[in-house]
Amino acid sequence: MTDYDAIVIGAGHNGLICAAYLARSGKRVLVLEASDSVGGLAATREFHPGFRTSVAHAISQFSAKIARDLDLSTHGYTPGEAMATVGLDEAGNHVILKGSTVSGVGPDDTAEFIAFRRMMQRYSDVLKPFSLKTIPHIGKNSFSDIATFAQMGLKLRLLGKEDMQELLRIMALPARDLMDEKFDSGLLKSLLSWDGLIGSKQAPRSPNHTVLSMLYRMIGDHGGDPAIPAGGIDSLISALAEAVMAAGAEIRTSTPVERIKIDGGEKGLSATGVVLADGKIITAEKIISAADPKRTFLDLVGVDNLEIGFTNRIQRLHSDGYVAKLHLALSGLPDFTGLESPDGRMIIAPELDVIEFAYDDAKYGGLPEHPVMEIVIPTLKNASLAPDGQHVLSAHVMYVPHDLKGGWTAAARDQLCERVIDTIARYAPGIRQQILHQELLTPYDIAQSYNVTGGHWHHVEFTLFQMMMMRPTYEAAQYTTPISGLYLASAGCHPGGGLMGGPGHNAAHEILK
Amino acid sequence: MKTYDAIIMGAGHNGLTNAAYLAKAGLDVLVVEKNAYIGGAAVSRELHTGFTYSNCSYVCSMMRQAIHRDLNLTRHGLVLVPYLGTVSFSDDGGTLVSYHTAEAEYNQLRARSPHDADAMFRFQTDLARYAQLIRKTLLRTPPDPTSFKPRDIMELLFLAKEFWALGEQEIYEYVRFFTMSAAEFLDDYFEDDLIKATMAGAGIIGTALGVYSPGSAYILLHHVMGDVDGNIGAWGLARGGMGAISNAIAGAAREFGAEIRTNAGVDKMLVRDGKAAGVVLENGEEIYSRIVVSNLDAKRTFTKIVDRKDLPPGIYEKASNFKIRGSSGKVNIALSGLPKFNNVPDNRYINRGGQAFVGSLETMERAYDCWKRGRWSEDPFIECVIPSAWDPTVAPPGQHWMSCFVQYCPPQLADGPWTAKKRNQFGQTIVNKIERYSPGFKDLIVHMEVRTPHEIEAEVGLTEGNIFQGELTIDQLLFNRPFPGYAQYRMPVKNMYMCGSSTHPGGGVSSACGANAAREILYDLKRPNVVPQDDFYDE
Amino acid sequence: MTKSDPFAGERLKHSPFHPRQAALNLRNAWSSWNGTQFADYYYDAEYEYFCIRNSCATYDICPMQKYEISGTDAEAMLDRMVTRDVTKLKENRVTYVCWCTDAGRMVDDGTIFKLGPDRFMLTCGSPSLAWLRKCTYGYKHLTVTDISDTLAGLSFQGPTTCEVLKKMGLMDIETLKPFGIMHFPFGSGSLMVSRTGFTGDLGYELWVQTDLALALWDALYDAGEDYGIQPYGEAATNMARLEAGFIMPGMEFNEALKTVHFHHDQTPFELGLDWLVDFKKARFNGRSALLIERERGPEYTLIKLDIEGNKPAEGSYLYRNKRCTKQIGYVTSAMWSPVVKANIALAMVKTKHLGENIWAEIYYEKELRQNSKVAKCTLQKKPFWAPPRARATPPQPF
Repeated sequence: MTDYDAIVIGAGHNGLICAAYLARSGKRVLVLEASDSVGGLAATREFHPGFRTSVAHAISQFSAKIARDLDLSTHGYTPGEAMATVGLDEAGNHVILKGSTVSGVGPDDTAEFIAFRRMMQRYSDVLKPFSLKTIPHIGKNSFSDIATFAQMGLKLRLLGKEDMQELLRIMALPARDLMDEKFDSGLLKSLLSWDGLIGSKQAPRSPNHTVLSMLYRMIGDHGGDPAIPAGGIDSLISALAEAVMAAGAEIRTSTPVERIKIDGGEKGLSATGVVLADGKIITAEKIISAADPKRTFLDLVGVDNLEIGFTNRIQRLHSDGYVAKLHLALSGLPDFTGLESPDGRMIIAPELDVIEFAYDDAKYGGLPEHPVMEIVIPTLKNASLAPDGQHVLSAHVMYVPHDLKGGWTAAARDQLCERVIDTIARYAPGIRQQILHQELLTPYDIAQSYNVTGGHWHHVEFTLFQMMMMRPTYEAAQYTTPISGLYLASAGCHPGGGLMGGPGHNAAHEILK
Repeated sequence: MKTYDAIIMGAGHNGLTNAAYLAKAGLDVLVVEKNAYIGGAAVSRELHTGFTYSNCSYVCSMMRQAIHRDLNLTRHGLVLVPYLGTVSFSDDGGTLVSYHTAEAEYNQLRARSPHDADAMFRFQTDLARYAQLIRKTLLRTPPDPTSFKPRDIMELLFLAKEFWALGEQEIYEYVRFFTMSAAEFLDDYFEDDLIKATMAGAGIIGTALGVYSPGSAYILLHHVMGDVDGNIGAWGLARGGMGAISNAIAGAAREFGAEIRTNAGVDKMLVRDGKAAGVVLENGEEIYSRIVVSNLDAKRTFTKIVDRKDLPPGIYEKASNFKIRGSSGKVNIALSGLPKFNNVPDNRYINRGGQAFVGSLETMERAYDCWKRGRWSEDPFIECVIPSAWDPTVAPPGQHWMSCFVQYCPPQLADGPWTAKKRNQFGQTIVNKIERYSPGFKDLIVHMEVRTPHEIEAEVGLTEGNIFQGELTIDQLLFNRPFPGYAQYRMPVKNMYMCGSSTHPGGGVSSACGANAAREILYDLKRPNVVPQDDFYDE
Repeated sequence: MTKSDPFAGERLKHSPFHPRQAALNLRNAWSSWNGTQFADYYYDAEYEYFCIRNSCATYDICPMQKYEISGTDAEAMLDRMVTRDVTKLKENRVTYVCWCTDAGRMVDDGTIFKLGPDRFMLTCGSPSLAWLRKCTYGYKHLTVTDISDTLAGLSFQGPTTCEVLKKMGLMDIETLKPFGIMHFPFGSGSLMVSRTGFTGDLGYELWVQTDLALALWDALYDAGEDYGIQPYGEAATNMARLEAGFIMPGMEFNEALKTVHFHHDQTPFELGLDWLVDFKKARFNGRSALLIERERGPEYTLIKLDIEGNKPAEGSYLYRNKRCTKQIGYVTSAMWSPVVKANIALAMVKTKHLGENIWAEIYYEKELRQNSKVAKCTLQKKPFWAPPRARATPPQPF
C-alpha cells in the first residue's frame, strides 16, 4: 500500500488544478512545494516591507470551465474585468485597445482593427476546443485519436475556403508583415504584435511562431485581453489552494523534492515515489510533476533513467526566459502623460523597429539599449498589496537574456534597472521621485528563485515545434512520460503557460482515464 | 492578325522551359522578352572584352535533370560541371576547406573539431532525409488543401502518405527543422563557429532573413537539395556561363517551333470578356493569343502588367503584399590573374573551387541587422567562385573573372535612393573585404560590375531585386505560392497562367516552375502531357 | 599545412606504423579508414589470410577510434549506453558490446576495456564523439578523451602469436585468457596487451603510446621473424572475420545515425546479437523498443549460409523458390573460404521464411561474359571457423 495515490510536485497553478481534480475524484493526493508559499510564478510575495506582488501580473486566458469545475467562486475567486491595453506615447497620444474597440488611431486603422480582431477571433475559436484536450500522438492512432484530428480538420474546413487559405498563409507570417499588410499606426502594430512576441525569443521580423502565440492568447474569455481578478492574482491562487484542501488533498510547502524514485523491473521503469531533501521517501501510485520538463527529467528523474535521444530532446528544448521583471514600490500613483488612470496594461513599444532592435541587442547576449515592456499597477485592483495610498508598479521587460554576456553582475542588473526606469520616466516623468524601492528579477534570477529552468514563464518557449503533440517532446506530450506512473502537468505541456490551467486539467483527465 | 496559342512574357529560364514544353505539345508559342538578350537572371554577358560574366545567377544545382535529359539540353550546348570544394574564411583569417573527397574533408573537419567531424555525418544524413521529401515535390503541382477535387485530394494524400511514413520521431524533427533558424539548427550539431557559419551561408543566400531568424533552416535545405549527377548538395557551373542554360532551353524551344522575340517588353496584358487574350508591348503593338503565361514575378505581374480592373477583388492587394524584398548584391570582377588567398594552399584543385567569406555566425547576423536598418554591412557575407579557373570560354587565357555574391544589400537605403556613387561604395566594400584575405587582389582588377537590388530590378525586372521572385518562407511556399488558392499555376484571370519562380517550387535555376506550369496548361487544354513528373530521386 | 606541400590537406593521414608498413606494401595497395591511409593488402591477400590462420600476422588498428572514459560516472554512463551489463566487467577485462538508439536500432558495435575502477576505454570503427557527447549529457563526474591519435594499436593474430610474444619477453603472456588484459613495461612507457581480435583465431591486440609504435613494431617483427610474421590488410581481415561470423559496419549493418532511409538500419536481434542484450538490466538505451522487438520477433535475421558451387554470392538476392520469384532476403558478405573449402556467406533473411528453402541468384563474370546461376543454400548454425585453439589457455606452444 502506497502512502498516497498521487503526489503532485510543485504547487504552481497547474499543480494545484491537477491535485484538485484528482482529489475530487477520491484520490489521496499530496502536493509538495519547494518554496514557502503556493502559486509558483503567480505567488504573491513581499519585495519591500509592506509591498507585495507576483511575477505574473495579469491573467488573460484562465479557463472558465476549470473555475466552474472546482467551484473557485466559493473559494473567493471572481474573474476580473478585461483591462484596456494602452500603447504609451511620449506626447500622450496613446493608442488604447479594449475588446473590439480602439482609440487613438485613424478611421482606416479602426476599421481594419475591427476586421482583424474578428478574423483572429475566428481562427482562435478553431484552436479553442483543443486547449482542454489531449492532442494525440501522430502515427499511433486509436479511433478517438483520429476523431480528434478529424475534428481539427473539420474545424479548419468550416472556416470556409477563403478564411482557411488565409489562416494557412498568415500562420507562419512574421508579426511585422502581418501588421504592415493591415495597419498604418506604428503604435497599433506594436500593441497587436505584443502578445505574440512577449516571452519568446522572436522579434517582429521572425517568421513562423508569432501568430500561433497570438491565437493561443485569444483563447481566453476576453479574447486575450488581460484581466486581474477582483481580489488580485492572489485570490486565484488562494482559491485554488482552498479547492485542493477542500477536496481532501494535502499541501506541504517548504518541502523540496530531491528526486523522483524510479524502480526498474522486467517491463521497464516506473515512478514509485519521491525522495525528499532529508532522504525521506514518500510513495505513491502516480507521480505528477508540475515542475518544468527540464527540471523534471534532467534533475528529478535523472538521465540514468532516461533514454539518450529523449534526454537530448529535453535538453535542447528552447526554454530560456527572455523577460525580466521590474517591481517598483511607489509612494503614490504614477502619472503617465496624457493618461487618465494607469489602470490598464500599458505597453512601451512605440513601433515595431524599437521591438526589433531591442531583440537585436539581446540576441548577442547584450542588454537592450531601448527596452520594451508592459506595465501594470496591481495595487489598483488589490489595494492590500501596498500601504495606504502607496502603489506597486510591475513591469515585464522584453528581450533580456538569461545568459548575459559577461554574466549577471550587480552592475549589469543596475544598468538594466536604470535603463528601464529611465524609459518609464519618459512616459511618467515624475516617477523617479516616487520610487521607494526597486527590484529587478532577470530571467536568471527567476530561474533561481522559482525553480524554473531558464526562468521561462511558459517553461518551454511557444514555437511551432514545441506546441500541441510536440510539447514538450513527442514522447511526453500526452502528459504521460516514458516512465510509467510519471506524469507531467506543467506549462511545458499542451496547451502551455500563461495562467491558463489547461495542462493541470488535461493531465488530471489523462491520469483518471 | 495572327493569334498565338500561347504567349509567354519573359524569356527567363522558366519562361523558356514553359515555351519549350508547350511547343513540344504542338502549340503555337511566342515568348516576348523586354531585353535585347534572353535568359533573365540565367544569363551570360560580355561586359568587358574577352570576359563573359554570369552576371546574375552564377552556379547551378537545382536544374531538374529529368528536364535536362528530356529537352536534350546537352545537344543544345549545355554542359554542367560540378565544381570542386570551397574555402571558407573566418573573421580571424582561419580557413575551412571543403575538400572534394570525403576522407580529406573528414580530416579537415577533425583538425578544427573532432566532435564536429563526427557530427557532420549525422548532419548530412539528416539533411538528405529532409531533402528527400522536398525533392519529391519539385516536379509536382502543389495540391490545394481547401479543395475537394479528386486530383487535389489524391495529391494531398500522396504528401500525407510520404509525411506519415516518416514516423512520429521524424515528423517531429521535420517540423522543428522546417520552422527553426539555421543557426539554432546547426547549434544542435556543431561546436565550431566556422563550421556552423560555413553551413549557415546557405540559409541566408537571397533571403531577407538572418541566420538566427526562424525559417532560415529551410532556406539552407533549399540550397542543398539540388544535385549534380545525383550528388545531392553539389553545385555545378555551366560551361559558357549561366546563359548557356537559357540558350540551350531556347534552342530546344525553337526546335519545337516556338518563336522568341527580344526587345519586346510587355506593357499590359490584354483581357477580353474576362479572359486573357494577348499582350500589348511597350511600343503599343498588340499581339493576340488564346492563353497568356507570365514568367514575371507575381508582384510585377499583378500590380503592373495586368490591369487592376481585370482582376477579381483582393488579388491586387495580395500581389502588393507579396513578400519580395531584395536582399542580395552581386559584384562581377574581371581579373588579370588568379588571386591568392592567405592561409590557403596554392593548390590546383582548391584554386578551381569557390571562396566563402563567412566570418562567423555573429558577423553574418550583424550584416542582416544592417540590412534591416537600410544599409549594407562593412563586413558582409560574400560567396565567390571563379568560373574561368576551369571554363576556358569565359575569360582570356591566364585571366579570370570572379563572381561575388553579397548578402545583404538593401533594395532601398535609409539615407535615400541608390546612386552611382553609393553603388561604387558598395562595390568598394566588397573589394576591400576580399583584399583583407587576398593582399594584392585590387591590383588584379581589370573591370568590375556592381549590381545592387536596384540594378537587378532595373535590368532583369525582378521586383526589388529579389533573386527568388518572392521570399521562401512558409507563407509563400507550396500551396501558398504565390498566393493561397493560386498555387496551381492558374491565375485569377481565365486563360492566364504563371510559370516563374514566384510559383512552386520557387527560386533557383531549376526549370521546375516552367515545366509544372506547362503540365497544368496542357491539362486544361486536354492535351496529352509531355512534361516529366518524376525526377530521378528514388533511383 | 606546409608551404612545401600545397596538397597536404588532400592527403590521407599516416598511421604511426606507416614507415614500416609502407616499406612492406609492395603492391601499393592502399585504401583508407577514418581519414588514414590504410593497406588493402601488402603482398597477396590470400597469403596474408593464411598467415593469420597458419602462423601470425599484424593488422594496423590505429585508425580505429579509441576513447578514454574516466570518472566516477563512467561506468554508469557506459552501462546506460550499451545493451550489455558493464557493471559485471572486471578490471583488466574486455567486453564486446553494441549500442542502440532509443528506437533500438544499432548505432555501432565495439569493445569496452576496463582499465581501472573508474577508467574505461571504448573502441569502435567509426568516429563517435558526437554520439558520446549525447550519451554523457547529464553526467557530471566524467571525462571523455579522444585518444585515437595518441594510442597506437596493432592487432596480432594467428596460432603462433603467443609464442612470438613470449619470445619478445612478455612474461606469463600464456596465462592471459580471452578478453583479458595485461600490462608490461616497454621502452620509456608501457605496453598493454589484450587477448582480443577480429579473426576468430588466437590473437592479441597490442597498445602503446604513439611515440613507441615503431619500437613495438621492431621488437615484434624481430621476435616473429622465425614464425613467419607478416602484415595483413583489409582484404585478409574481411576474409577471416567472415569465417568467424563477425559482423562489419557497412556490410551487415548500417549505423543508425547515418542512415537516411527509414529502417535501412538494423536491430541487435536482426543481427543475431541477442546475447548482447541484457534485459536483466532495467536501464539501457533502446530497452523499451527492444523489448517490443523481442516479443514480436525481428523482421530480418542475419544467417550464415553454405552455398553450393564455388561462385561467391556477393550482392545476391535470396529466394524461397528456385525460380527466383519469391524474394526473402539478400547476401551481405560472401566469399570462398580457403580454410573451410566452402562457399560461405552472411545474409539477411526475413525471419518468417527462416525454416524454408533458400536459393541464391548469383551473378559472376567469366572472361567478360556475365553468367548467372541459382544455387541452393544451407543454413549454418555455427561459425564457419572456430578452432578450439582460439580460446585455449595457455595456447599451444610452437
